[in-house]
Amino acid sequence: MSKLMTGNEALARGAYEAGVRFAAAYPGTPSTEILENLATYDEICAEWAPNEKVALETVIGACFAGARSIASMKHVGVNVAADPLFTWGYTGVNAGGVIISADEPGMFSSQNEQDNRNYAKSAKIAMFEPADSQECIDMLKEAYEVSEKFDTPVMMRLTTRVCHSKSIVNLSERNDVPLKEWDKNPRKYVTLPANARVLRVKVEERLDALKEYTETTPFNRAEYNDTKIGFITSGACYYFAKEAYGVKASYLKLGFTNPLPANLIKEFCSKVDIVYIVEENDPYIEEFVRALDIECHGKDIFPKWGEMTPDVIYASIEKTNSNEIIDFDKSKVIGRAPTFCAGCPHRGFFYKLGKKKNIMISGDIGCYTLAAGGPYNAMDTTICMGAAFSIGHGAQRVFNMGDTGKRVVSVLGDSTFFHTGINSLTNTLYNGSNTINVILDNRITGMTGHQQNPGSGFNAKLEPTEMIDIETVVRALGFKHVFVIDPNILEEVEETLNKCLAIENEPSVIITRWPCVLKKLSDADLNEFENIFQEKSIVDEDKCIGCKVCLKTGCPALIFNKETKKTKINRSQCVGCSVCRQVCPVKAISKED
Amino acid sequence: MAKSILLVGVGGQGTILASKILTLGLMEAGYDVKMSEIHGMSQRGGSVSSQIRYGETVSSPVIEKGTADIIVAFEISEALRYLDYLKKGGKLVINNQKIDSMSVQIGAEEYPPDVLDEIKKHAEATVIDAAQMASDLGNDKATNIILLGTIIKLMGLKEIDWNAILEGNIKPQFLELNKKALKEGMDAV
Repeated sequence: MSKLMTGNEALARGAYEAGVRFAAAYPGTPSTEILENLATYDEICAEWAPNEKVALETVIGACFAGARSIASMKHVGVNVAADPLFTWGYTGVNAGGVIISADEPGMFSSQNEQDNRNYAKSAKIAMFEPADSQECIDMLKEAYEVSEKFDTPVMMRLTTRVCHSKSIVNLSERNDVPLKEWDKNPRKYVTLPANARVLRVKVEERLDALKEYTETTPFNRAEYNDTKIGFITSGACYYFAKEAYGVKASYLKLGFTNPLPANLIKEFCSKVDIVYIVEENDPYIEEFVRALDIECHGKDIFPKWGEMTPDVIYASIEKTNSNEIIDFDKSKVIGRAPTFCAGCPHRGFFYKLGKKKNIMISGDIGCYTLAAGGPYNAMDTTICMGAAFSIGHGAQRVFNMGDTGKRVVSVLGDSTFFHTGINSLTNTLYNGSNTINVILDNRITGMTGHQQNPGSGFNAKLEPTEMIDIETVVRALGFKHVFVIDPNILEEVEETLNKCLAIENEPSVIITRWPCVLKKLSDADLNEFENIFQEKSIVDEDKCIGCKVCLKTGCPALIFNKETKKTKINRSQCVGCSVCRQVCPVKAISKED
Repeated sequence: MAKSILLVGVGGQGTILASKILTLGLMEAGYDVKMSEIHGMSQRGGSVSSQIRYGETVSSPVIEKGTADIIVAFEISEALRYLDYLKKGGKLVINNQKIDSMSVQIGAEEYPPDVLDEIKKHAEATVIDAAQMASDLGNDKATNIILLGTIIKLMGLKEIDWNAILEGNIKPQFLELNKKALKEGMDAV
């Protein structure tokens, strides 16, 4: 049967067909849909972990215990999971184990453009790079064979265009691989230095064996056409180069890229006149080829950043554009940056926070990062998941060395709190800084599209589970000043912020609790939040003085009519959060009857 | 040569469903198909695009600037944003609808009154009132299927059994509406 699938759907399908029984992940674009799809297979136990390190560790445990297992995450997630990854490289596997890294050349929804192929090389583990959805299935199935045959974890490195592009795939039956026996074997699984030193040698022996595999696997192959130009490519870049040059060039398509095939590369390069290496992010293949003393072009002519789409490849080589491009007046295009939805619970909180003076706002990764932009301008730093509280703590320590009285308000979301924010909050209390720590609990993992988390009451398969209560956790840590508020009530936000800023020598925690407006509400939500999203607000045009104060809330449901100089509310978007009602100086906005 | 279709609009306008139906039809007809979407953040209201390529064989899933055989814009300013993706002589269909962005709403910038004029300086555009047509049919959510109809007509894809594809992908209560919408779109260009 053939089907159109994204790379992410195909990876889940490939895992199913390969007999995978256990999967864990933390959401992150462009990897999120891998686990969402894995969770749809009854044969696979699929879990959202609180963070990528935990996801990978559970997968390592499952693979040791005898089930083919898979962990998936975005590129920066591998940073979090790097600690177990490197030592897993030493122990190897029992049943096959795979880690998927979804990289983001072009940074569509990421904070950096790191190249995770470097991780496979550093951790000395095998790596595949699929170029389309069919290869996601085929390579993943082969990855389990490689993992078990060579006793190695395998990394599958994808990029956004492979994850999120659809192409046609052929489906096969599941290979119901039985569970393997778990044998007690501390010399393999306990990495005491004495054992690790032995394993260290085995890692090199394994790499030597893989050096033979990489020369012969059909996933590394040459395609000879015209030999004046030869492209060495991996992943999506193969199709990009082929689109640009078709049969006017030859291609060495590398699908298995750690270790790289030295002999195949030498042979290919000897048969073509000029060698171009097309790869996204780092010169990973290029450095290897140059070390073989082969003359080639790579990052000397291609951009060091962004996607290597066909037009980029062509323009870099030919020094001219491949296509005639319409040149129009770009100043007439309006900006359309993403923004908080109508009814978003972050609106009221940031509307107030942005007005506070002499504070630094330490932010984090989530929808709320959008508060950095107008009209809120309420975020000063964002580094990585869970960093808000610790970066805030460090900054506060230093501010306290001077006499400016500057305070730090740190903000992160519920899923981010469980990710690693909880560790940072522990540090704040332990080391005793006077930061104000805000957990924006919108009852779901918002930005990646509504994945469950330890606080939401459901697991990845949407079965009910223990709902871990953030307030209980924070109080149990020992925080004395804890406030749970409704972020839509501006007075409550203002008073609570003032109260916390007045606490001079101790840290405080504010938990704002109101669901994401796009969330599919659970019974618990409907019980807890009365009349949620059931109201509408309406403008009395006779009262409206056209002052535009309501527009400063940044709500997309508000429409200002330039002719009448009155605000109107888009009824289909409004859910009655009431923030605009509260800011209107002439009380022109009220609850619709 | 593979053909390239670019659908652009504002999040929530239904570009994703339209492109899904389109790709399924193309696959049924025996074409090789690739589709690429850039969607990261899940908030409503951002600029969205779906890129569809089909032919005997398709290499790249990405449409480059200057290569789209057709652009169908669900919103006027989005048509201008992606205008440089249009191939010389390519077809351009624009839904005659303006959606203010946040920067326009808060008064940080104006929605220029002459966006359509700027587009028409550079390309021949067919402007249709798809939103109004959908409202007349009884549900403005069918705007996307009307626009899908224009693609089918302009790309010469009428031979494919689109009603069968709609049946497999649209809820029964909306099926008749969408079949009508598809036909209206085809007749509109």
